[in-house]
Amino acid sequence: MSYTLIGNHQKDPRANCDGYVDAMIEMMKDDKRIVHIDCDLAACINATRIQKAYPERFFNAGIAEANAMGVAAGMAATGMIPFMHSFGVFAGRRAFDQAFLAGGYSHWPIHVIGSDPGVTAAFNGATHMPFEDAGLYLTIPDAVVIDSADYVQTYALTKKLVKQEGITYMRLIRKDHKQVYGDGSDFEIGKGVLLKQGSDVTIVASGIMVNNALEAIEKLSLEGISASLIDMHTWKPLDEKLLLEQAQITGCVVSAENHLVNCGLGSMVAQCLSEKLPLPQEFIGNHSRYGKCGPQSDLEKDYGMTAEDIMEAALRAIDRKG
Amino acid sequence: MIEDKRIRELELFAQEIRLETLKIIHSRGNGHIGGSMSIADALALLYGEIMHYDPKEPLMKDRDWCVLSKGHAGPALYATLGLSGYFPVNEAYTLNDFNTRFPSHTDHLITKGVDLTTGSLGQGFSQAAGVALGNRLQSIESDVYVFIGDGEADEGQIWEAAQFTAHYKLKHLIALIDNNGRQLDGSCEEVMSHGKGLGAKFEAFGWNVIEVQDGNSIKELAAAFEKARSSELPTALILHTIKGKGVSLMEKSGAHSAKPSAAEWEQMLKEAEEKLMTMKEQAL
Repeated sequence: MSYTLIGNHQKDPRANCDGYVDAMIEMMKDDKRIVHIDCDLAACINATRIQKAYPERFFNAGIAEANAMGVAAGMAATGMIPFMHSFGVFAGRRAFDQAFLAGGYSHWPIHVIGSDPGVTAAFNGATHMPFEDAGLYLTIPDAVVIDSADYVQTYALTKKLVKQEGITYMRLIRKDHKQVYGDGSDFEIGKGVLLKQGSDVTIVASGIMVNNALEAIEKLSLEGISASLIDMHTWKPLDEKLLLEQAQITGCVVSAENHLVNCGLGSMVAQCLSEKLPLPQEFIGNHSRYGKCGPQSDLEKDYGMTAEDIMEAALRAIDRKG
Repeated sequence: MIEDKRIRELELFAQEIRLETLKIIHSRGNGHIGGSMSIADALALLYGEIMHYDPKEPLMKDRDWCVLSKGHAGPALYATLGLSGYFPVNEAYTLNDFNTRFPSHTDHLITKGVDLTTGSLGQGFSQAAGVALGNRLQSIESDVYVFIGDGEADEGQIWEAAQFTAHYKLKHLIALIDNNGRQLDGSCEEVMSHGKGLGAKFEAFGWNVIEVQDGNSIKELAAAFEKARSSELPTALILHTIKGKGVSLMEKSGAHSAKPSAAEWEQMLKEAEEKLMTMKEQAL
């Protein structure tokens, strides 16, 4: 694992979903087992480029996610390596029994890509806004669950997914994301990235929250507070070693996720801490609310997910150290 | 065409499957007798004559696949696999015991010869379609047989899989629809009817449909499989079967899952054994 941090809060001119598509097109050249199955949303993530490059290994299953997941399992049973995409709401809720049994329990490697995580669904609104998708996949005993932060990370982790032997779920931001990492950065599934070493509080973030946390840390430093930041792109298996190491140093934790806090990154962190190193933890993310329509920036404010929210949570956590 | 002598041998095999299925379910005292009995003849024909497989190499790449999407008929498949050499059939007399390799619903992780895990209805069909597609991509010419219950066909996923299979012209997939007319809460007509019938539905989805008027007749089944082979489309064999076929008590009740009394078990096992003896004598 090696990376360079850009973190200047600027939007990447590349579409984030192209991180997935570019990696797929490269991998499919050498590995004839890899296929992409879509549910009539290929154009939304530019997977039409996969279709153009490898028409014989691109399959549109139509608007029928449960079947698409089952088909993926069957193909995996013959030795193929299927990636299956739909919006996170459908890849999650709509095809979950299939993901759980035909993928998870059956031990067939299916790589599920759920796009538009949380507030990034923005104008598609409540019906299309998944705050529970990763939480569902966390309930599959041996699933790998990933919330990637930007183009570079998505590209790198897509290439790692293909080596996984069971079901995986990766949340895929489509657009309007800010670049965190420099090109060529590499990541390992299950290994968090320590982006900042601090001494007062540890912020554990993933996905779009990594950039927000970087902004929060800049604000905190103006107040003389030194924060650690872990990009915990893999929620499961959780990098407990890195979490506990930083929690030990700083004495309190803030989790920051674009997801429901009661079944996501925050709850994974809380379970680890309560069992192994009970410490104050503050939760940034969606506190038991449905999605809603609007610009992403408004939604981030509404759900309490901004840099300011993270900063305030950090101050509360530090206060609670006693 | 299969010769009459061979058909009689396969009928004998079907009766052996029935007897062993009963013994397997009897070991636990209760189970899905009805839906196991209705497919015994089709299983006998598949494993006795049609399918390409090797019990010594259950994961052989170019094997034909048999997927029990109606996974609750596991005991019938275990009887068939046991009698076909995958394992001593009496090992399956541990049905549903703690740590058994033979659960009610088929599970490829623990039972040799079971191709896919099923039980959540509808899922086996989609997976079978995926197998047919995966094989095609790898230029493997195997057939994939999938058993679907008529009650199971209430599931939306069945029709998602039906449209997918027809759209991608997966001609190596052959669906065997066990049209026994009954589901757990009663007759399919009462619980959830199938409009103009399952044959009409599959036809509307673009399938090659063959109605098998007596789905418990090896002869009729064999003729239907022969016809299926020449189709460029996926084929649905609508097997008009009798739930509990060959077990008079079960034929009468049509029960989905039954817990017969000790006396009833005695009667059912005796009846099946005597029938097998008679068939063997006639064969000589």
